[in-house]
Amino acid sequence: MGDRTLSNRGARPDSLAVMENEVVVTATDPAEITAEITEELLVEEISIDGMCGVY
Amino acid sequence: MSTELIAHPLLGLALELHPQVALRPEPFGALAYHYGNRRLVFLQHADMVRVSQALAQHPTLAAALAACEVDEQRWPSFAKAFQSLLESEVVVERSQP
Amino acid sequence: MSADKLVAQLKTGLDAPICLTWELTYACNLQCVHCLSSSGQRDERELSTAEAKQVLDQLRDLQVFYINIGGGEPMVRRDFFELVEYSVASGIGVKFSTNGAFIDAEKARRLAAMDYLDIQISLDGVDAVTNDAVRGAGSYDMARRAMDNLAAANFGPFKISVVVTRHNVSQLDEFKALADSYGAQLRITRLRPSGRGVDSWGDLHPTNAQQREIYDWLMAHGENVLTGDSFFHLNALGPALPGLNMCGAGRVVCLIDPIGDVYACPFVIHDEFRAGNVRDDGGFSKVWKQSDLFTSLREPQSAGACASCGAFDACQGGCMAAKFFTGLPLDGPDPECVIGGGEAALAELAAAPVAVSLKPRPAMDHTKPTRHPTPALT
Repeated sequence: MGDRTLSNRGARPDSLAVMENEVVVTATDPAEITAEITEELLVEEISIDGMCGVY
Repeated sequence: MSTELIAHPLLGLALELHPQVALRPEPFGALAYHYGNRRLVFLQHADMVRVSQALAQHPTLAAALAACEVDEQRWPSFAKAFQSLLESEVVVERSQP
Repeated sequence: MSADKLVAQLKTGLDAPICLTWELTYACNLQCVHCLSSSGQRDERELSTAEAKQVLDQLRDLQVFYINIGGGEPMVRRDFFELVEYSVASGIGVKFSTNGAFIDAEKARRLAAMDYLDIQISLDGVDAVTNDAVRGAGSYDMARRAMDNLAAANFGPFKISVVVTRHNVSQLDEFKALADSYGAQLRITRLRPSGRGVDSWGDLHPTNAQQREIYDWLMAHGENVLTGDSFFHLNALGPALPGLNMCGAGRVVCLIDPIGDVYACPFVIHDEFRAGNVRDDGGFSKVWKQSDLFTSLREPQSAGACASCGAFDACQGGCMAAKFFTGLPLDGPDPECVIGGGEAALAELAAAPVAVSLKPRPAMDHTKPTRHPTPALT
């Protein structure tokens, strides 16, 4: 209950479009990079209508 | 070696902030508001703000990232972020690179 | 999760509002029974045109992106267009909320020629019977005429704004169809017990079953429907509704009222939530940045009686205006708490006769006197 599921809603201006945080760990194949790359969340969109407390 | 990483297609594009976008500095980075389509975006890192402002001065996104001394390891995150800004039209492709 | 971080940032307040509500006048040609600002008569202390422009100058310097103009009926002000044009010229977008009475064909054309302008027409029923019961005789026709005029003038997409009541929950599909027929966007918002709503809320607010209907409808059909993020108190019913799901009052938004008072939001016009006045030294900017009220709202709020409830994370304890004007403590359940906490709290309150008389009343009442006023109780 109350579990928030956020999905990337793309081009809708009225919803919260969020780039999901991922931790990308490459495969153990030695031919590939083994460094752990953490994806940063650099952009978040919100709706200008989505502020409670205005008309 | 970065050649092992698949380069995001956006890295080679000439981009700029949409002319109807205002950037307002905030402690966490900046707010970007598009007066045309009313979309409001949080730029959540000072580096993201700097690169956004530098876009128009560089031939490609990759060049802007390099000029702003953003570590290559972070480029996938930045590319994904700029992809999102492109979709909301906060950032657009430049007609003349 | 990422959105939690963003919300946490916003709860501590920004250096400037993202947008705000500005009620230009308490004068109004209507007398809606639930009017959040108890409007009707102009207040003689209203900000002058020059004072209003000074406020706009400050908002421009703060880089407020957008203002939501309302009232009363904002178009009643003689300087309405002058102020709207001044705002847009200063780089501040405008949305104004209106009952449509003054949007004749000529005004519609004038509005259509303006840029960075959104219009929100108030409507509380899909037919005159339902609508006029709340907003007064002729108000439905007035609103429809305004919409027709805007459409004829090629204004583009406007918004139809509905306050959800017990009597129009069943009309949500029809409201959507009406908006679609104009190429307009539907907006539905929560009724708060504010202004004249203090007295009409008991009869008008949705029932528990209807709250579930509203939630389900938004989940199923709400993709292009705006809500002003006003239904987050329903989030305990299932997955969270889209939006920030937080109270922005005093943190990212606020109200400037017709006489320059600054309140946390339009639903709490009461001394308890008054942060200052734009006529004070330092103007709006100082009030926003340094007022005691806003500083305290930007601190972590106590969950109080809701702390042990599993739903608190989702509903945030609901709306402070709803709690305040029903006499409930702010650190406790919303009167419309979907778990039933609010009902229990209200029942306790009703059982204590002294407490009822201490229920807060709105700060001011600009309601026009009726022809046959009820005798004063002495």
